[in-house]
Amino acid sequence: MAVTEENPGYKWVGTRPIRPDGLEKVTGKAQFGADLMLPGMLFGKVVRSPHAHARIVSIDTTAAEAMLGVKAVITGDDFPDLAANGAHPSEIDVANNAIARDKVLYEGHVVAAVAATTRDQAEAAAKAVEVTYELLPHVLTVDEAMADGAPLLHEGMITKGVDPAPEQASNVASKILHERGDLDQGFGEAEAVVEREFTTKPVHQGYIEPHAAVADANSDGRAHIWCSSQGHFQMRASSATVLGVSPGTLKVTAAEIGGGFGGKTVIYLEPLAVRLSQRAGRPVKLVMDRDEVFRATGPTSGTRIRVKMGVSKDGKITAAEVWMAYEAGAYAGSPVGAAGMTAIACYDIPNFVVEGYDVVCNKPRVAAYRAPGAPMAAFAVESVLDELARDIGIDPIDIRLANAAVEGTQASYGPKFPRIGFVETLEAIKDHPNYTADLGPNQGRGVAAGFWFNAGMMSSATVHINENGTATVVTGSPDIGGSRQSMALMAAEELGIPYESIKAVVADTETVGFNDVTGGSRVTLATGAAVVDACRLIVEDLRARAAKTWDVELDQVEWVDGQAQHVEGAQPPLSLNDLAAKSGRTGGPISANASLNSRGVGAGFSTQLCDVEVDPETGVTRVIRYLTAQDAGRAISPDYVEGQMQGGVVQGIGWALNEEYIHDSDGVMENASFLDYRIPVASDLPMIDCAIVEVPNPAHPYGVRGVGEVGIVPPMAAVGNAINDALDVRMTDLPMSPVKILEALNNQRD
Amino acid sequence: MARTHITTVVNGDETEFLAEDGTSLLNALRDEVGLTGAKEGCGTGDCGACSVMIDDKVTCACLVFAPEVDGSTILTVEGLADSGELHPLQQCFLEGAALQCGICTPGFLISAKALLDKNPDPTETEIRYALAGNLCRCTGYDKIIRAVQEAAREMRGQ
Amino acid sequence: MAQVHFSAGLRDLTGGLAQVEVEATTVRRLVVALEEMFPGIGGRLSEASSVAIDGEIFTDADYEPVSDDSEVHFLDIFQGG
Repeated sequence: MAVTEENPGYKWVGTRPIRPDGLEKVTGKAQFGADLMLPGMLFGKVVRSPHAHARIVSIDTTAAEAMLGVKAVITGDDFPDLAANGAHPSEIDVANNAIARDKVLYEGHVVAAVAATTRDQAEAAAKAVEVTYELLPHVLTVDEAMADGAPLLHEGMITKGVDPAPEQASNVASKILHERGDLDQGFGEAEAVVEREFTTKPVHQGYIEPHAAVADANSDGRAHIWCSSQGHFQMRASSATVLGVSPGTLKVTAAEIGGGFGGKTVIYLEPLAVRLSQRAGRPVKLVMDRDEVFRATGPTSGTRIRVKMGVSKDGKITAAEVWMAYEAGAYAGSPVGAAGMTAIACYDIPNFVVEGYDVVCNKPRVAAYRAPGAPMAAFAVESVLDELARDIGIDPIDIRLANAAVEGTQASYGPKFPRIGFVETLEAIKDHPNYTADLGPNQGRGVAAGFWFNAGMMSSATVHINENGTATVVTGSPDIGGSRQSMALMAAEELGIPYESIKAVVADTETVGFNDVTGGSRVTLATGAAVVDACRLIVEDLRARAAKTWDVELDQVEWVDGQAQHVEGAQPPLSLNDLAAKSGRTGGPISANASLNSRGVGAGFSTQLCDVEVDPETGVTRVIRYLTAQDAGRAISPDYVEGQMQGGVVQGIGWALNEEYIHDSDGVMENASFLDYRIPVASDLPMIDCAIVEVPNPAHPYGVRGVGEVGIVPPMAAVGNAINDALDVRMTDLPMSPVKILEALNNQRD
Repeated sequence: MARTHITTVVNGDETEFLAEDGTSLLNALRDEVGLTGAKEGCGTGDCGACSVMIDDKVTCACLVFAPEVDGSTILTVEGLADSGELHPLQQCFLEGAALQCGICTPGFLISAKALLDKNPDPTETEIRYALAGNLCRCTGYDKIIRAVQEAAREMRGQ
Repeated sequence: MAQVHFSAGLRDLTGGLAQVEVEATTVRRLVVALEEMFPGIGGRLSEASSVAIDGEIFTDADYEPVSDDSEVHFLDIFQGG
């Protein structure tokens, strides 16, 4: 639906065949990280800090080591001291997060690990490791961490991006700032001004598969790791850093992955499993349980955000002022930078200040979560824009159309936008029947928009032609959303052979060239580009082989629909089958490789429409209708583009209505289970209607724009705006849970 | 600890294995019987990724101790296809793109089969509530529900 | 001369300047030229930036060509998920 530019008559791109890995996934054959069994394999268990902030006084492993079945016990002392080796601060943070050295910085921080013959033995041994802590005061929120006199996580942390640099250390790792124009003048020109403060809580990516790794180390220092990850080359690099070895000594095989959403672009268990395997001389399987996933892997940031915006009476935004503080967890690196760049990126605003702070606190180190940083900022900005639209009596789509960034607009973060499809997504919503569907009592409708850059980065691909003219496409991007299908579709289009005769596989770190992570909505674009390049090299090779066979010049040969054709029809065509069967005569096996640092990334925009019904007695909000319109550039695989759109929306709905980390005053997480950390279930939701908008990215051979992430950016504001429409209460604190809605309704009555 | 000898029928085959009394059926199936289709998503019965059928009742295998199934009949995702011919649910999940990462898929297939065995013509709401015990984080459930509707139609011969 | 824009966070190193004109044929040469104009900026730019040249964002931009009418922006590095 809503195809906005003519499909140039592709044969395979844009179709909906069955994905290559699907059969194994519906029959239970697919191997995820925890499924692998190796002969002699031991079970590992991690020992974690029960305290939010403490000095490690001593660790006594003697009792654990003596227990039945225990083959290895490791602590931070079993890993190199990267600080002493002059490593980069970010590498030191990765190493210290993998296993604590002198301090623990959050409840759940790794302190030790054991490996034993059975699961029960490993659990018993883990409990027998004796750790003595000296408790330290802790901070849990940006407010606490930024307060005067707050206890420090890192004694040497001087805020970057502040001039002059502060003399005293603090918990503020860095400041970001974007400015344009004159804020006072802008607000002076406004007919209506709204200023609001918002808070959001840490939320977890919520992948159903807990982290899992199996490591098999040899006595020569080499090791083989199987793990579910969003990037096995990244796992190799980070594990090598933590272990203090060359990446080439580690081979990493990508298991199938049960969800990542950004949270599996970083290591947790991998170096621990390798070290345990080295000490024990046997393979070790290390799997997190759900409790550990919540307590000890990165959620995304909790935030405090203030937004002040003004609009003229014809709906033009004249000024915007955004202040943000994002929780980084235990180590610097919240996504406040991206938040600062995306917060107002949808709009052409002449006067603005966007200021943000990266703040550490005694919680797990945050990890990327689908468009990291953008959803929280969008919640704030899109809520305020909604209020402004109401204040001056303009339709919410119209106010966005009046300010929408288009090709040539100077983005709030700097460069001019190339061809983009934001306006088209707004129009797709407005033109859809959902926009005018009837609403009943206690029902309301909300609109919100969002932007994400999408990433490019590096990929490698190899394409082999088999002796019968079928093809194998080899990439190194773990498949988290159906990307193997997209690779095969593009290869089919390029080579001109049926999709069914192409097999797309994900190879390990030894059998394919380097690939950056599967994340940042980059695989269809970047790995796809490598596949396309490799296919085009093959087509050139095939043309040359046909020319040789016919004894003609290369320019006499065209490749059309999977066969070499003579431009004047002087020879009968040669199919890929023909050329492959006799490839020995024309130069040998047919194979090509492409490695690239991709170019021409196209940004993604999403506009969403949410209808809710709120029960004023219980405060429960039900989403009754949802429409998402997203610019995919060109949907290589419409089924899986829709899947990404719908998945992002539902995560956003959970973030909006239910999900949050709850800590007690000791910094211990209280809701570390799927029972109490409530993600959306099937009975919570309606069907999620999708409008795939296609404004092709002019810089990509197929017009691709990444689609995985932007879908999660608008939903919280769309839901909040719908609740406001239903009840006339403005919710500014996520999640908008029943208790809070009832409180807001009560306050309204008073 | 001594291990108990357990005799069951799994996916139509007589199957015997050993397990300690405190071992979950889920771990026994995965570690002893070698059927890794059922997955651990939470270990506490909240996510449904380990759903299996025990004597025609859909259950979270993580909540059952292995010795409890002595003498029972168990169906896992590996037993859904019949000599290589996919169950309509499996086929409809594939055709309807009702899976992305696939970790929750075995659990959903079992729960959906249990539903359709009892209620061959469920409404959308009935499907959603029957599957509310199976968590999916990738799909937003839309395509899963549609796949179950389609499979139900096929199984009714429509 | 290429037009180079600095986000507000970098302006402490440029004495408050938001924009300068620089003659250079690649990003690498541009950064060298900027280091001469504003000592200390080179390190910050290489560590914390991706670069947008005429609207296209690059993560490893050192050898990307810059032309006389190029518009160059240094951006904070962001991570996808």
